[in-house]
Amino acid sequence: MLKRLLTSREALLAAAIILLLAVISTRFPAFVSPQNLGNVFNDTSPLILLAIGQMIVILTKCIDLSVAANLALTGMVLAMLNVAMPGLPVPIIIAIAISLGAVLGMVNGILVWKLAIPPIVVTLGTMTIFRGLIFVISDGKWVNSHEIGEGFKAFTRAAFLGLPTMSWIAILAVLLFSIVMARTTLGRSFYAAGGNPHAATYAGIDVGRTQFWAFTISGALAGLTGYLWVSRYAVAYVDLAGGFELDVVAACVIGGVAIMGGIGTVMGAMLGALFLGVIKNALPVVDISPFWQLAISGGAIIIAVALNSQANREKGRIILKRAEHAT
Amino acid sequence: MLMQSETDLSGPSDDTAVPVIALNGVTKLFPGVKALSEVSLHLYPGQVTALVGENGAGKSTVVKILTGIYQPDGGTITLDGTPFAFPTPQAAGVAGVTAIHQETVLFDELSVAENIFLGHAPRSRLGLIDTAAMVDQAAGILRDIGAAIDPAHKLKDLGIANKHLVAIARALSIDARVVIMDEPTAALSQNEIEELYTLVETLKAQGKAILFISHKFDEIFRIADRYSVFRDGELVGDGEISAVTEAELVKMMVGRDVSQIFPTRTPQIGDEVLAVKGYTHPTEFADITFDLHRGEILGFYGLVGAGRSEFMQALFGITRRSGGTATINGASVSIRSPADAVANGIVYVPEDRGRQGAIGALPIFQNVTLPSLGRTSRSGFLRLAEEFKLAREYTERLDLRAASLDTPVGNLSGGNQQKVVIAKWLATQPKVIILDEPTKGVDIGSKAAVHAFMAELAAQGLAVIMVSSEIPEVLGMSDRVIVMREGRMAAELGADEMTPETLVRHAAGITGTPPC
Repeated sequence: MLKRLLTSREALLAAAIILLLAVISTRFPAFVSPQNLGNVFNDTSPLILLAIGQMIVILTKCIDLSVAANLALTGMVLAMLNVAMPGLPVPIIIAIAISLGAVLGMVNGILVWKLAIPPIVVTLGTMTIFRGLIFVISDGKWVNSHEIGEGFKAFTRAAFLGLPTMSWIAILAVLLFSIVMARTTLGRSFYAAGGNPHAATYAGIDVGRTQFWAFTISGALAGLTGYLWVSRYAVAYVDLAGGFELDVVAACVIGGVAIMGGIGTVMGAMLGALFLGVIKNALPVVDISPFWQLAISGGAIIIAVALNSQANREKGRIILKRAEHAT
Repeated sequence: MLMQSETDLSGPSDDTAVPVIALNGVTKLFPGVKALSEVSLHLYPGQVTALVGENGAGKSTVVKILTGIYQPDGGTITLDGTPFAFPTPQAAGVAGVTAIHQETVLFDELSVAENIFLGHAPRSRLGLIDTAAMVDQAAGILRDIGAAIDPAHKLKDLGIANKHLVAIARALSIDARVVIMDEPTAALSQNEIEELYTLVETLKAQGKAILFISHKFDEIFRIADRYSVFRDGELVGDGEISAVTEAELVKMMVGRDVSQIFPTRTPQIGDEVLAVKGYTHPTEFADITFDLHRGEILGFYGLVGAGRSEFMQALFGITRRSGGTATINGASVSIRSPADAVANGIVYVPEDRGRQGAIGALPIFQNVTLPSLGRTSRSGFLRLAEEFKLAREYTERLDLRAASLDTPVGNLSGGNQQKVVIAKWLATQPKVIILDEPTKGVDIGSKAAVHAFMAELAAQGLAVIMVSSEIPEVLGMSDRVIVMREGRMAAELGADEMTPETLVRHAAGITGTPPC
């Protein structure tokens, strides 16, 4: 049991992150100070939140390319709402963020479930539509820091036990979804629907509806992140978080989520996001150009995929063993 | 270990005939296992040699050696009496060896002609593929084998039987001298099998040597001239098919007497469990009406495409019916989804158990409890202790051996995966279990185990529906049979009316009094 725990993908990834931090600390000891690590975690929180949602979607053999556009649209709606109604309390804003994001996710889910359109096509389409809607509602104008209310901005920055609220929300999401995935029938059906859709159907699981809920969760998390993002950076515009969906998918792949579905954990998605977060924050410190950052992120993805296929090869060896038993 | 029987002859009746291709004392080793141990196999021109053996006996290894995919670790291969090596599949092709596989390896999106000539298409002077010549030649070959197929059609538009014909045409297009057929009838209906037999006769008449691998004894005795029996990677007997009986072949295969293939049971038929009235689908089946009782095994026989599986899928709620009602224990039920069916005590073990059965990445206990999560959870939250309890109870009942219930099912052997699938369904405590082709592609030893298990389920009071295309199985296991033809019930036969003839007549529609 202990051996399995130590050789799990999550443990390997955690070890890789620690190794990475150790290497960085030899040149910049300040990087691994608790304060800075807290900052890195806080910076990575949006990625963690989106990666959790994406992980669930990928589990069901789908992909959600619309998360960053969902985040930006929800963020813009909230920013404009805040300008129009400055007195709106933060809990209401958060409720609106989650609901609006969930509704946008449901659009994806309905199209995949009821019309059986391939998810990559659906979310590529809605991604463009969401970005277009931002332009339509904002006329392409920015909502700037001075227009956004103080309460709106303060929530994310408030600290609690040394960590900003945004970090706590990411931690809560990790805990919540760890329980959902491991201990609820819904979580189990995500794994079953992606692991073998045919078998899941015969077992009485509606695969389409399961995918619908995956997209809804992904959308809700994107909406919530939309508020956190606009609150933290105090700005909303059409291209907000442009291209961020690829970072999200990358975090999942690095975190050991099988792109063919059925395999993945919340912990893995979080560690995948943190791995990218550490690289992103460390490279400027080590004075490496942003272009190298992209190359290194890309390299990490390829290594992760190579490790995945290595794991599959191990399965092949077991088949030979079976042949041994058969004869 | 090696049981040489007196039926073991060392050559064909005509001593002067030279085998087209012969394996002499061929051995093949894999790490930790001897797949073939000094086996010999001689294929003669114009003769059909049946290769018989249980799963794992080494049949596929022989096919792979003959087609150049594996290299033998010992022994020789001779071609027309002279030693020869097949270092690559291409070399085997040049030597005229071709294999038609169980699942045809063809390309759906290409045309029939392209499939036939893929890799050796006629070229024009510029080195481009000469499409006109290719279609012409393909049409010629198809005509030769009596196949009414347009070579310009895409392969995906053809039925499974015609795809086999295309595979055979492909074999002929490379001027094959040795044709290997690996369970060619596994997916064919009775009519299509007859057409295949005719084709085999044609190939024989052209002087091809044919290696015919099959689990079905009736077809072996129907078309084979010679037989070779493998067991555990060794040759245990070969000779003329006319000099051997079915019982002797089975004995050689399994190394023991199989006194009876089907379990004797005394059915205790109880109260009515399921009654189906007028089930109808717009395009697939109509007016299916029957009842089913506790302890009964009801067979569903018909040709492939008669609508049996389609009806079962509707009964299980995977597809929607357009009319008809079902009652369970006298109470009317509405089944609109598999979840409804499971909740009402109907479970369906599908034909394709590999694809539709277990979820490889999930551990054993999660596979077993998947359809029973309603019972092992409370308001959406799983109770792991109950899951383990349920999984342990049913895997122990089936004597499943695994290190832990946490083991992913994908890491188990095929036999144990089957047990997980069955445990999964039994754990739902069903009233009716539908088994779709329960022994398709299963070797003869395991078949008996499946049949015994089926009898045990019925004896425990379950109502069993068995969909089967194998007449001996239908006759041997069913208490009653419904024969379907073209989406309708062609006949309902009691135990005293069931004979191979009546089944085939009703299924093929050659009965005197048309039903419905």
